[in-house]
Amino acid sequence: MDMQYSDARPVLEGPDIARVLTRIAHEIVERARGADDVVLLGIPTRGVFLARRLAAKLEQITGRSVPVGSLDITMYRDDLRMQPPRALARTEIPGDGVDGRLVVLVDDVLFSGRTIRAALDALNDIGRPRAVQLAVLVDRGHRELPIRADYVGKNLPTSLRETVKVQLAEEDGRDTVLLGVKQAAPGAQQ
Amino acid sequence: MQRHLISAADLTRDDAVLILDTAEEMARVADRPIKKLPTLRGRTVVNLFFEDSTRTRISFEAAEKRLSADVINFSAKGSSVSKGESLKDTAQTLEAMGVDAVVIRHGASGAPYRLANSGWIDAAVINAGDGTHQHPTQALLDAFTMRRRLVGRDAGLGRDLAGKRITIVGDVLHSRVARSNVDLLHTLGAEVTLVAPPTLLPVGIESWPCEVSYDLDSTLPKSDAVMMLRVQRERMNAAFFPTEREYSRRYGLDADRMAKMPENAIVMHPGPMVRGMEITAEVADSDRCTAVEQVANGVSIRMAVLYLLLGGAVAETKAAPDANHAPAATQTRTEEK
Amino acid sequence: MSKILIRGAKVLGGEPQDVLIDGETIAATARQGEIDWSGAGLSAEGAEVVEADGKVLLPGLVDLHTHLREPGREDSETVLTGTRAAASGGYTAVFAMANTFPVADTAGVVEQVWRLGREHGYCDVQPIGAVTVGLEGRKLAELGAMHESAAGVTVFSDDGKCVDDAVIMRRALEYVKAFGGVVAQHAQEPRLTEGAQMNEGVVSAELGLGGWPAVAEESIIARDVLLAEHVGSRVHICHLSTAGSVEIVRWAKSRGIDVTAEVTPHHLLLTDELVRTYNPVYKVNPPLRTERDVRALREALADGTIDIVATDHAPHPHEDKDCEWAAAAMGMVGLETALSVVQATMVDTGLLDWSGVADRMSIQPAKIGRATGHGRPVSAGEPANLTLVDTAYRGFVDPAGFASRSRNTPYEGRELPGRVTHTWLRGKATLVDGKLA
Repeated sequence: MDMQYSDARPVLEGPDIARVLTRIAHEIVERARGADDVVLLGIPTRGVFLARRLAAKLEQITGRSVPVGSLDITMYRDDLRMQPPRALARTEIPGDGVDGRLVVLVDDVLFSGRTIRAALDALNDIGRPRAVQLAVLVDRGHRELPIRADYVGKNLPTSLRETVKVQLAEEDGRDTVLLGVKQAAPGAQQ
Repeated sequence: MQRHLISAADLTRDDAVLILDTAEEMARVADRPIKKLPTLRGRTVVNLFFEDSTRTRISFEAAEKRLSADVINFSAKGSSVSKGESLKDTAQTLEAMGVDAVVIRHGASGAPYRLANSGWIDAAVINAGDGTHQHPTQALLDAFTMRRRLVGRDAGLGRDLAGKRITIVGDVLHSRVARSNVDLLHTLGAEVTLVAPPTLLPVGIESWPCEVSYDLDSTLPKSDAVMMLRVQRERMNAAFFPTEREYSRRYGLDADRMAKMPENAIVMHPGPMVRGMEITAEVADSDRCTAVEQVANGVSIRMAVLYLLLGGAVAETKAAPDANHAPAATQTRTEEK
Repeated sequence: MSKILIRGAKVLGGEPQDVLIDGETIAATARQGEIDWSGAGLSAEGAEVVEADGKVLLPGLVDLHTHLREPGREDSETVLTGTRAAASGGYTAVFAMANTFPVADTAGVVEQVWRLGREHGYCDVQPIGAVTVGLEGRKLAELGAMHESAAGVTVFSDDGKCVDDAVIMRRALEYVKAFGGVVAQHAQEPRLTEGAQMNEGVVSAELGLGGWPAVAEESIIARDVLLAEHVGSRVHICHLSTAGSVEIVRWAKSRGIDVTAEVTPHHLLLTDELVRTYNPVYKVNPPLRTERDVRALREALADGTIDIVATDHAPHPHEDKDCEWAAAAMGMVGLETALSVVQATMVDTGLLDWSGVADRMSIQPAKIGRATGHGRPVSAGEPANLTLVDTAYRGFVDPAGFASRSRNTPYEGRELPGRVTHTWLRGKATLVDGKLA
């Protein structure tokens, strides 16, 4: 995790990200036929910000407010024992719950698919959605599980030596997606 | 965080706040239809109780089960322990069964410390109360309750109890709850005052990071929380105080005394309460009394402790003392997709 | 008996001397180089030569307070293993405490212990008789019969328990006057120490271990010196451990009361801070006290308020210490480390010279216990009870090398100065080059 991004180059800048999210919002409305039963659940940390931005855009499009929440997957990870205990993030399910609704999971990067696997398990303990879909800002490939995204901001073919880092204004002070090369930092495991 | 939880005094401020914050997330699990997390699947936790304590034992058991640990309950009564088996042999028996953590309640002060430091076992040790020494999870759940009530559920996240005035009343001498609370509350920045008759305060208390008073009435108006400790009636037979009546009159909390407390101040009790002794039924059943809340919070705190001790990579055992300190929970969560 | 020539030993830490042992006695001493021993005069012909090479020669050490555990607890120590430990530590006489099973409260038991000591020959064993039957504090034991037995008991103690009944204590003090006996009191007020686990103070308050107040010791000492004064008897205070006790004994001596007192090596070095480890190897009666007490004890030993060092060597089997604090037995072994601890705390700190050590660890204890033949000057015609100490040595304590059957030392892994290399009991070497003979 001690990655250096100094030599990383931006592959998406602020305006690109805004445009991409607008497109995804339209796709959701289209595919979910108006999106009136959609619940957006962001995966902490950056997925939550993306979910909130998507919710705002959906509201602009549909004129209705869309329930948005967060789903922490820490306790469902399959690699818990490979690192010291991680701090938990907030799981916040909108008041009406998820039962019978279309849950759209939102995350920044889709990589191995293990996070989404954990998210599906976590969701399973919370309720029974009508369907679950996945929206990601970047799909960088290299799936290790049979998981795919329904809405993709940008497909970004990468090598395993490369790193993808999403920065969002809410957390990092600016919007950008950086593509870099992994440094041989000891103990840093992707 | 250390590998074990033996004493509240071992926790740094950041450790303690991390536990309270984690417990806050754990508490939300209780509101879900499925009150269970898969986190400790495949891990075995033994509740090793040499003293009867149904309350503490079921609280730990609930926490362990909510985290999907395999739970073994071991009560000393009717076991080989009552036939003279030593703590060491019992511990090694459990170790041989491949136990990951031992939650121990023991009548002898220091027994959990010995278990953790004697080289008898490798498992993580969690002190569930030892003699008149420490009861760290009780102190944590008390601090959790105070933070929720005095700072706020969400407003409290990441925060300590700086400036809060906490008064602990009763049998401090025989109380592991008082010792743990003084240590933890001090670490969290609270101002602690102990109130008791001089007979129920230990010699050497002057070195504790707190104030001491013999006068409850003058302390109440300056208290954000008043914690009443259980006072066993038997104590009066050893001349710690003359009669139950006199004790209640001087140190018991009744409605008149409660009225002297600031408006938002709370009354706490670790249980079990001796109604009519240290607390009247009227106070115990009032909205200001958090005794029942404390029980619920106990499960969340114990989940948090179990998760933080067992939920990550197993720290190197039998290594240099500083390796005893596992790094605090990692905050970084990106780049692990 | 053969002759032994010890060459170049600093007798009581003084100038190097040659000491010739002939049979059971010291035949001659002379400044090193003054006498050519190969000459005719005082012939050392055929003598075994021990090159002392600057080591310190002391009269054989005398321990007024040893637990040999036999009869009854031979799993922790026997007269044989205990006296071997004593010889290793430089002792030529030990007083064996009465709290055995059965209790040494009859002539039969004390004679048995005394005889075992004679048979093994590592160290003179002088049994201590119980003051009361079964150490129960109610009925005087047959003190006179024990005195008249082959063991010739002069020291009486209920050690491990306090003779807390003032009337029984008074009677015992009076009764032993008839034959010059002395009562050695284990000063511990029983009610004030119910459930006590460690010194009562800052550390006990934190650890939640039952407190053992200093006043529980001091109040008994105060009472007993006044009783001794009243009945005109002498009284000995076992293992004095607090600064307050020192003050009381100092006051009593200034008043002319015939009181003597002992301190253990561990109370000269260790404090109750060690209990924070909850390691029962530090559990002992009386408990380890505070830094302030340690300082007062060292000063009192230096100025003679405390007369002697006694080990309170208390062997316990491994399982009695490999457990939680409350369940553990009290006591620590001490015979094999006593001199090193005294060197570290008293000599190396400049509080006491080696002649002072000889006084506190040999001369005075022999005098208090009436151990004839021990605690004598290192000079011609005296019994050859001698201890040779390599005071320049520094090493780490390794209990695996102990001669004692038990290993419950608080000094494991600790660096201590000094090492006894030779011990002679009436001219017979019991320890040679650090190895038991």
